[in-house]
Amino acid sequence: MADLVAVSITVNGKLYEKAVEPRLLLSDFLRHELRLTGTHVGCEHGVCGACTILLDGKAVRSCLIFTIQATGQEILTIEGLADLVEGPAWHPLQEAFRETHGLQCGFCTPGFLMTLIPFLEENPDPTEEEIREALSGNLCRCTGYQNIVKAVRMAATALKEGAK
Amino acid sequence: MGASGKYFGKEMKRSEDQQLLTGKALFVDDVDLPGTLHVAFYRSQSAHARIVSIDTTAAKEREGVVAVYTAEDMGEYWQPGPLLVPPPPVEGKIFHERTQVPLAKGKVRQAGEPIVAVIAKSRYIAEDAVNDIMVETEEIAAVVDLEKALLPETPLVHEDLESNLAAHVIQQKGDYDSIRDKADLLISRKFHYDRGAAAAMENRGIVASWDEKAKELVMWDTTQAPIPLRNGFAAMFGLSQHQVRVIAPFIGGAFGPKIMMFYPEEVVCVWATMQLGRPIKWIEDREENFFATTQERLQIHNAELATTKDGIILGVRDEFLHDTGAYDPYGLTLPINSQCNVLAAYKVPNYYSDFKVVFTNKPIVTPVRGAGRQHGMFVMERLLDIAAKELGISVVEIRRRNFLEKDDFPHNHEILFQDFAPLVYDSGDYAPALESVVKAMGFEKFMSEEKARYKAEGRHVGIGIVSYVEGTGIGPYEGARIRIEPTGKVSLATGVGTQGQGHFTVFPQIVADQIGVPAEDIHTVTGDTRDFDWGTGTFASRGAVVAGNACHAAALALRKKILLHAGRHFEVEEDQLEIGDSHVWVKGSPDKRISLADLAGLANPHRGAVQPGTEPGLEATAYFGPASGSTAFGSHGVILEVDPETMMLKILKYVVAHDCGRVINPMIVEGQIHGGVAHGIGNAYYEQVHFDENGQIQNASFMDYLLPTANDVPHIECMHSETPSPLNPLGIKGVGEAGAIPVGAVFAQAVEDALSDYGIEVTEMPLSPNKLFELMQKSRTTESTEDTEGV
Repeated sequence: MADLVAVSITVNGKLYEKAVEPRLLLSDFLRHELRLTGTHVGCEHGVCGACTILLDGKAVRSCLIFTIQATGQEILTIEGLADLVEGPAWHPLQEAFRETHGLQCGFCTPGFLMTLIPFLEENPDPTEEEIREALSGNLCRCTGYQNIVKAVRMAATALKEGAK
Repeated sequence: MGASGKYFGKEMKRSEDQQLLTGKALFVDDVDLPGTLHVAFYRSQSAHARIVSIDTTAAKEREGVVAVYTAEDMGEYWQPGPLLVPPPPVEGKIFHERTQVPLAKGKVRQAGEPIVAVIAKSRYIAEDAVNDIMVETEEIAAVVDLEKALLPETPLVHEDLESNLAAHVIQQKGDYDSIRDKADLLISRKFHYDRGAAAAMENRGIVASWDEKAKELVMWDTTQAPIPLRNGFAAMFGLSQHQVRVIAPFIGGAFGPKIMMFYPEEVVCVWATMQLGRPIKWIEDREENFFATTQERLQIHNAELATTKDGIILGVRDEFLHDTGAYDPYGLTLPINSQCNVLAAYKVPNYYSDFKVVFTNKPIVTPVRGAGRQHGMFVMERLLDIAAKELGISVVEIRRRNFLEKDDFPHNHEILFQDFAPLVYDSGDYAPALESVVKAMGFEKFMSEEKARYKAEGRHVGIGIVSYVEGTGIGPYEGARIRIEPTGKVSLATGVGTQGQGHFTVFPQIVADQIGVPAEDIHTVTGDTRDFDWGTGTFASRGAVVAGNACHAAALALRKKILLHAGRHFEVEEDQLEIGDSHVWVKGSPDKRISLADLAGLANPHRGAVQPGTEPGLEATAYFGPASGSTAFGSHGVILEVDPETMMLKILKYVVAHDCGRVINPMIVEGQIHGGVAHGIGNAYYEQVHFDENGQIQNASFMDYLLPTANDVPHIECMHSETPSPLNPLGIKGVGEAGAIPVGAVFAQAVEDALSDYGIEVTEMPLSPNKLFELMQKSRTTESTEDTEGV
């Protein structure tokens, strides 16, 4: 077995200091070392987007990153999403997905939500075409995407109103 | 029984979403038991080979490896899996049962078939050790080409059989040959429909844990059939059914293949935990999923349609081959579905259908969303389109002339369906569904004005409109139990598992109205054999129909019990009572009112004698089994544009009119349609599992196997109508597979229309940009050739 490497990573505001194998995928670290199992793994080759998390604010695929590459950085996962907003129990995106039936089995959903956080920050008022382009890196087999598009629009409106 | 109420039929938001949206829902890979060991499989590199030797020495020596098993190690537990569906009693049928084994012994019959199981302290180490294993094989030519598989010189997938024929079935009604000579028009074509992957976003997974002291086996499994799995493992390991608990927790999509059992990995995980006394976990990866999870859809049909000069169907003759892959554990369900669905939404007085099921060296074939129905629809809808063209009538008109009419129901097609019952359509009204699509699409205007306008602009835009039926909601039965606890909490349990269909919401919607509680207050358990252990599973678009009606029956029984206890309590007749707001009261006497919680307490007294014949508590269990399946239907329309340079498609409009009887929750029904259409679009233009001549999959990753993305699936306009089914008290029909069924047929029609200048004819699915390019090239080079290809 390879020597362990010390990492220190902040996840959802909490600092974790661990020793891991250099080859340990970040997705496995989050899921099986930290027990944050809301991040899902659908393909392990960076296509489906289910494992998307925020790494220093950017949406990245945690199955394509070694844990040791994330040392010293800040991660946000689905479990920390609600903490981004003050007050309500959950984020307007979560609320919008429920309102519009933007999820069925829910396996891909955390990846969609995490992809959409920076997208809506950069594009607070996206067109349908922009939304679909933003979603096109995440695969969903259940919904046909239609209600996800609807959810993004609803969340964009809610976020704008919240910002006023 | 009335079905409408405060909750039934309403767009209620889903109660399961809270967990799913916060990352707190439990999926199989989230189960983390202390001391868990992890399995990885050495899988066959070859599609067809004899195993000469297996060397596991180095794997066993690797640090962290706990055990390495081959078929020999399993002793008497090494057995072929069960035949899940026996063949229906069709006279003269041939069926050879050959089911999958836990680990290959002597011979491998498909690439990816497991040969060795490695069990180690981590998944990483188990996978390292797989690479230490040496398996020497002697190659045999792989059986890949479906049409060549039955030739005498082709090697045998199962050498104890005389050929690669797995089954042969003929069903017929009327006398096709006698009307053939009288027909004004005969259309003969050969149709191909190729394989796709179900591609649920969550791969399969298993956690099995044997507790030696409690003598109990607990298993979490991504299965659509927890109860049959429980029963099967109890029998296999000589345990009482109560010693085995199977849990199907949240499942990340299934679409059919997760109904299969026993997958080799299931047997190995259960056997290994009993050997080692430690929890065993296996999580499939995406590449494995392409080889080791079942697939569907290769069929080749040679079909002929006979009509009058007015396009009235006289009869259909169809002979087809069905690829079952290396084994046939699912019996004849798929080809029977295809055979039945050729009859589609039409009056077909004479029908002759002959199919042969064929073993090949490819992954096992079991149902995937649509389950053989696509092929039947595709054949019939294409034949009608081609006939319409020959006769100079519109694709819409030929359908109008042949639909079963409102008064034709129930309609007996006089052949057997997959549930062994005669193929009888219970209810329907097909023409209005088609007309609503015609209207929504602006079909007449498109044909008379817009088509010419697009053409003048140099654009290749085409329209397609087809119809479909879907046999849903077959038996045998499902059950449900509802309990009102003395705290007022209501629990509901049913045996079917959930893979995203919204069962936690719709089953309470059915129950709440009958027992007068808020649907939100009902806690639902699905797919856990501890909570409910009679039933079969989630398949064949039957969850809402069969388990839904069981929930309804249990609710009625519970309502009766509530009235009985309240009547005794208030010393009034039951018809003097009313139920609502989680209370029962005497009509006109507001002081005579008791909460269901208190009543539940009275129904479970601490002292005193209960009255004879009384069961304790406010609880009821009931079952529902339909005599036969209910048939849903609808029409799809599409307007699409083909770019003749790149052959890429752009869908300009997509309309669905569908009828699945009474709707429990329109939001969820529409979601099922959206997902089905998206799956259908994948199967029509993007997804195809490509095999080379050695039986190797050429595109076993999401890099190369293209699932439709948000850019590929258009906005889908849905129109509902409700023709209740007379076969169940709630009048509902299934909807899970409907969306996916007609998409291939409607794409074919629209693409032909868009490229009408090139005179192409689409007889295969899936299409792709490459295929379309080839079709155009072919039509350019054979422009003047009469099309005489056929039977």
